[in-house]
Amino acid sequence: MENIKKLILNTVASAVIEEKQKLTVTVAWDKLHLLAKTLRDNAALPFDVLVYLIGMDRGEELGVNYLLSSSTDLSKELVLKTGTTDRENPLLYSVTDLFETAHFNEREVYALLGIRFINNPDMRKFFLNADWNGFPLRKDYDANPELNPLSLESVDMIDIAPRVMEVDGKLVEETVNIFGDDDYIINIGPQHPSTHGVMHFRTALDGEIVKKIDVHSGYIHRGIEKLSEALTYPQILHFTDRLDYLSANINRHGLCLCVEKASEIEVPERAQYIRTIMDELNRMDSHLLAWACQTNDLGATTAFIYGMREREIILDIFDKTCGGRLIINQNVIGGVMFDIYPDFQKDVKSFIIYMREKLKEYDRFFSHNVIALGRMIGIGNLSKEDAISYAVTGPAGRASGWSNDLRKHTPYALYDKVDFKEVIRTEGDSYARYMNRLDEIEESLHIIEQLIDNIPEGDICAKVKPIIRIPEGEYYQGIEAAKGIFGVFIESRGDKFPYRLKFRSPSMALVSVMPLICKNEKVSDFIGIGGSMDYVIPDIDR
Amino acid sequence: MILNYSQPLEITNLTGWLDSALRSSMSEFWVLLIEFVLVGALLLTAYAVIALILIYAERKITAFFQARYGPNRVGKWGLLQSVADMIKILLKEIVKINRSDRFLFFAAPFFMIAASMMTFGAIPFGKGLHAVDFNIGVLYVTAVSSLGIIGVLLAGWSSNNKYSMIGAMRSGAQFVSYELSAGFALMTIVVLAGTMQFSTMIEGQRFCWNIFNGHISSVIAFVIYLISGHAETNRGPFDLPEAESELTAGYHTEYSGLQFGFYYLAEYLNMFIIASIATTVFLGGFLPIQVQGWDAFNGIMSFIPTYVWFFGKTAVLIFLSLWVRWSFPRLRIDQLLNLEWKYLLPINLINIVLMVILVLTGLTLKDIFGIM
Repeated sequence: MENIKKLILNTVASAVIEEKQKLTVTVAWDKLHLLAKTLRDNAALPFDVLVYLIGMDRGEELGVNYLLSSSTDLSKELVLKTGTTDRENPLLYSVTDLFETAHFNEREVYALLGIRFINNPDMRKFFLNADWNGFPLRKDYDANPELNPLSLESVDMIDIAPRVMEVDGKLVEETVNIFGDDDYIINIGPQHPSTHGVMHFRTALDGEIVKKIDVHSGYIHRGIEKLSEALTYPQILHFTDRLDYLSANINRHGLCLCVEKASEIEVPERAQYIRTIMDELNRMDSHLLAWACQTNDLGATTAFIYGMREREIILDIFDKTCGGRLIINQNVIGGVMFDIYPDFQKDVKSFIIYMREKLKEYDRFFSHNVIALGRMIGIGNLSKEDAISYAVTGPAGRASGWSNDLRKHTPYALYDKVDFKEVIRTEGDSYARYMNRLDEIEESLHIIEQLIDNIPEGDICAKVKPIIRIPEGEYYQGIEAAKGIFGVFIESRGDKFPYRLKFRSPSMALVSVMPLICKNEKVSDFIGIGGSMDYVIPDIDR
Repeated sequence: MILNYSQPLEITNLTGWLDSALRSSMSEFWVLLIEFVLVGALLLTAYAVIALILIYAERKITAFFQARYGPNRVGKWGLLQSVADMIKILLKEIVKINRSDRFLFFAAPFFMIAASMMTFGAIPFGKGLHAVDFNIGVLYVTAVSSLGIIGVLLAGWSSNNKYSMIGAMRSGAQFVSYELSAGFALMTIVVLAGTMQFSTMIEGQRFCWNIFNGHISSVIAFVIYLISGHAETNRGPFDLPEAESELTAGYHTEYSGLQFGFYYLAEYLNMFIIASIATTVFLGGFLPIQVQGWDAFNGIMSFIPTYVWFFGKTAVLIFLSLWVRWSFPRLRIDQLLNLEWKYLLPINLINIVLMVILVLTGLTLKDIFGIM
């Protein structure tokens, strides 16, 4: 990392480098793009993954934090910071041309903090309507409902995007039409059986062929990050379950880890075992549902029910452990809330045997079906470069040949003690993503097998004060959720509430890549590709 | 000849008695009028009842495929479920859609139901249970059943809904394509049987069903007919027009109440019609299994009424169709058209030539073994 510091100072001499939890570099707003580009193109250790992009209201100034990481080694991380003191018309430079994933994130920052990004090709608000008054994540936001009254009027969609471009050193405000005048546009969503939630794709069609997709999100945006700023950490835990509800337990694990690391709480070993096993069960639960939904999107209803059938057994195990099925409230800061029940090992072991059989059945029934193969092979190709640029992680990213499993790169809980393979395929099509999930179920079974007989006796939860104060600083913890890297960022000012809390959602990256990989595919395949990406909407609309 | 044996359960006994009773008390004109009305009413009732039974059967069979129970609350084993559904659909409001073409919108379901109704009338259900016996029965059935597509296209067009429109267009492409294959497959058998009339065709299959008679060629035609028939009924894996995961409900998205019920009914009845035509043309229709020379066996077999044979054979084919539907994922539109135009159609054309050669050179089973 010494070389990197040198590189940074060589590029931008005025950069301020600090050693915090991660190496943090603060630069002036007009130098950020240059520095990010240099870091991305650094041949020895390219920082080419934009893990998160967080808008911050730092009091005086409005700013953005970027976490860059390397696609070859995700344990190498670097935070870039920049900001502007102009609160009336804050402008920063966009990094969309360097990292495609920045596009939606910058639009989100604009909606929630009002920072506009120069050279972002489409500077509409993400999540919020264009006419929303105020910027919710600013500290001086007025939440008075009269400012934003609930309207029952039907409003036409306007497909015109404003943007700020830099032409010959001058800033030009302009608008751009998203669609052509003659485009045949259909709305897939927000109420549609195959968008897996209230997602809205405005789709321009040429016959059966998808010409362009415009993503509208925010139909169930709940402002969780804003709400969290007035809640204590144990209270915030419940929100994590409501993000990607299919990997609720893993998300919760992420926030627990972040708080535990920040306030230096030691988690008992028994709790670590239970957490890891529960995470893997949850991962299988999520993958089974993803498998089921993908087959359903391809029109195979029976396969859908088969996936549900197997998932039911996992839910029963959850039910017996802690009473919850989908959202299980198992992880708490310092450990787990409920101990495993006496027959837990027996149930899990019989499930492992059962599931292995069923995986073979899936193979026979669907994975080699000639119609299914025709609907998946070579469809929705995502290259490795695009996967990295869009920060597509999880089984989908690994299907494009990018090794990004945080359980391998930055092990947490017990993942450094167990033996498992990171499932990587290089085809990058729907079928690779499909097979990746099935193979990951097998790996999860393998992980559980190694742990289930060795759960040590002891406490299940460390002694934790009811009100947790995190020392001042910035903390980030990424974990491998079922759909990709789920991250929790906390900026604390020593209070019992976070000053700023941000969840890095894997699904947002998955959706942001949809317009790219669905272009020139058929409408039916658009649905099929959506199934293979396996995004969950509440995870995007935080 | 076939019905020389005593057959107390055969429906001809009842109809014969009724006919003679009527004739003894009134003039020819009134007898015919009453009989026409009776036949019409019976067909309509049968149409509805068969659809209800099929809906129940499909739901139950699918449930077992999918490790579920299926309907089991209304009546014993949920037997009354489809009756309850029917009542519900009759009572539902018919929603009027803004900015739709009102006349075409209301006319569309009638095309659909009329087409399947007219085909239904020409099906021989059993000895004496054959309402219309044209001398061009096969041609008539092919022609009339393809009228249904007008209903689909009109529905898609008049709904003023882009999803419906895409569904209807897909349906149009699919229908026109697969109609061709289904027609050619039937023509192959017409070449073999030498007739287009259903009754003659059935009579000719007494000891040797057409599917055996033309061996290779017949089996190919049978398989192609099942595939394209399946596609014509818009059922999975060919259910693109109403692909619910893409187009919500396709061409009938905007329909409600009884109008939707028409489409729903027609879909099930079309499945039945395809299966019953396949039975009639390939599997000996309503005739029992008969082996030349085994008189005792034949006697026992023909003791079972012909309509039981007909519905039994049809049920087997319907089960096959359900099995396929609930096992396969959906094809994509280009794959669907490829299958038809690149594979089924050329195979079909060659198959007809093959059949002609078989018939002309005397290589059919009947010719080889001298079966009547």
